[in-house]
Amino acid sequence: MSVDLSLDDLERDALTEVVNIGVSRAAASLRKMVGRQVLLSVPAVEIVTRRAAASLIGQRESEDLVSIHQDFEGAFSGRALLIFPETKSMELVRSILGEDVGPEDLPELESEALAETGNVILNNCLGTMANMLQQSLKMSLPSVTRGNGDQIFARAGREGEDVALVLFLYINFTIQDRSIRGYIAMLMDLPSLSALKLLIADFIDRVTADAE
Amino acid sequence: MTVTVMLVDDSKLARIVAGKTLAALQPDWVRIEASNADEALQVIGRQSVDIAILDFNMPGRDGLELAAELRQSYPQMPIAIITANIQDEIIARARAVNATFVSKPVTEEGLSSFISGAALRLKQARS
Repeated sequence: MSVDLSLDDLERDALTEVVNIGVSRAAASLRKMVGRQVLLSVPAVEIVTRRAAASLIGQRESEDLVSIHQDFEGAFSGRALLIFPETKSMELVRSILGEDVGPEDLPELESEALAETGNVILNNCLGTMANMLQQSLKMSLPSVTRGNGDQIFARAGREGEDVALVLFLYINFTIQDRSIRGYIAMLMDLPSLSALKLLIADFIDRVTADAE
Repeated sequence: MTVTVMLVDDSKLARIVAGKTLAALQPDWVRIEASNADEALQVIGRQSVDIAILDFNMPGRDGLELAAELRQSYPQMPIAIITANIQDEIIARARAVNATFVSKPVTEEGLSSFISGAALRLKQARS
């Protein structure tokens, strides 16, 4: 269920554009890691319950997911996630590590490689967004979670929050010639939305200053 | 000489920013806008356009697909592709359609070499 977004058209447009630039930079760094072109969708921005956000991703994938997430804190707070269907995560690790690593070493390296990939991509994306909004964000270390959509989006020790509304931004990507696909997603609590709304308004003022 | 620039971006804000940057570099140039590839082709069917500045990541056809289409009818038109997505393949595709790569967010510095090059090419073509 989608509810009325309390961002006006230009604010929503600006937020999508900031996310788009952040994710595009992140895709360029992923491309360097995998050596193949990374194709991106256009970002979607919605205000939905946490449960609905989980099912938006969960419904598209029939298998379990692997997620690398980092929490961020600052003027606005939330969680950024890099999500893959479980069978694709090993593919990804293989394409990052290349031919030098034997199959017997892969499982051992998988989590570490995923965490590192997530770190590069999510930092690139969030860092770009933070710079554009002239804010600094404190980012946690990456953690790797496995499970279905609900398990990936739930936070430990926070019962009953699946009905709370969140700002949910996501983009899906595919890696050419590798049949690897995944998502970059961001969840923000609603209190962060009002802070973000102000930053977005400042950003719009700044970039449109002196425009006719 | 009147120069008409078509800005194509699905983001209104991005069009405002690109328009503002362009106005700072070339205040006399006429700017027209479109929010997707289909709209851009309609615009260009209606009026003459000298230069096209295209966003890469748009719903429907992306900026490079639009550039390739424009290139067929306008082999000489200066075309810029704007994106933060600096992957080799995208840069190569931009080169293949003879479009200039401009990095997003658009700044005067980033856009100026494309704009001065385009101005020069137009002047030569018209003289």
